[in-house]
Amino acid sequence: MTVDSNSQNLPEQVNSLLADTAFLEDVRRQMMKFATLQLGDSSQAEDAVQEALVGALKNAASFGGRAALKTWIFAILKNKIADVLRLKQRVVNASSLLREEDKDEDFSALFDRKGYWHTDERPVAWGNPEATLRETHFWRVFEICLEGLPPKQARVFMMREFVELSADEICESMKLTASNLHVLLHRSRLRLRECIENKWYLKGERNVELS
Amino acid sequence: MLNCHEATRLMSEGQERTLSISEKMTLGLHVSMCSGCKNFKVQMGLLRKMTRAYAMGASKQDEK
Repeated sequence: MTVDSNSQNLPEQVNSLLADTAFLEDVRRQMMKFATLQLGDSSQAEDAVQEALVGALKNAASFGGRAALKTWIFAILKNKIADVLRLKQRVVNASSLLREEDKDEDFSALFDRKGYWHTDERPVAWGNPEATLRETHFWRVFEICLEGLPPKQARVFMMREFVELSADEICESMKLTASNLHVLLHRSRLRLRECIENKWYLKGERNVELS
Repeated sequence: MLNCHEATRLMSEGQERTLSISEKMTLGLHVSMCSGCKNFKVQMGLLRKMTRAYAMGASKQDEK
C-alpha cells in the first residue's frame, strides 16, 4: 500500500476523523473482535490493537477518508497479528484449540451415502458477486456465517484468508499436520459456502425488510 | 471416479497447494460433468475474495 500523499488540506480531515469518537470506537470494537478471535487471548489482542491504532494514526495524514483509514488500520493489525502468531509458535497455547473435539463431522446433510450432492444442497450459481460486495446487508450475513463456524474452523479459516498466512505458517503456529489443516479448511469452506448461499443468494440477494 | 465430497476436498486443497497432474485430471473430469461442483469451484475463489474484501473494511465503506 502506498501512503505518500502530500496534499495540503489533509490535517483538517485527520482532525475531524480523530474527533469522531464514534468512528474510532466502532473500528476499535471490530479490531478487538477480530484480534481476540485470532490470538485467543484478550490481553494480547488489546496490545496488538493498541499498537496498530497508534501506528496507523501516526500516518493518518495520508488518508482522505474513513474507508481508506480503516483499510490501512486493518492492514497494520493483520501484520501485528501475523507477527504475534509467528512468535507464539513455540508457546503451547494450541491447547485451547485442541480441547475442541475433533470428532468426524457429519456432512450427510450435504452429501448422500455415495458422496454426491443431495439435489437440494447442490451449489447454485451465485448472482452478481461484484455487486454483492457493495451491499451493507451482505456483510452482516457474512459475519453471521463466520460466527456460525465452530471456533477452530473459524480461526484457521481467518488465519488463512483474512491474515493471509501460508498453510505452513498456520500448521506451525497451531501445531497441526498439513492434513489436519486441509480437513479443517475444507469443512469451514463447505459450511461457510452453504451458509452464504442459503442466507443470501437463495433469498434473492437482498433482504427486503432491511433495505 | 471422484464423488462430489472428494471433489470439494480437492478444490479446497487447491487453495493451499498445487494439485498434482492426476488430481487435476480426475477433478477436471468430475467438474466438467457436475454443475454443483462447477459452481463450488467458482465459489472457492469468491470466498477468498469476499474475506479479503471484508478484511479491507468493505463492510463499512458505505459510511464514508
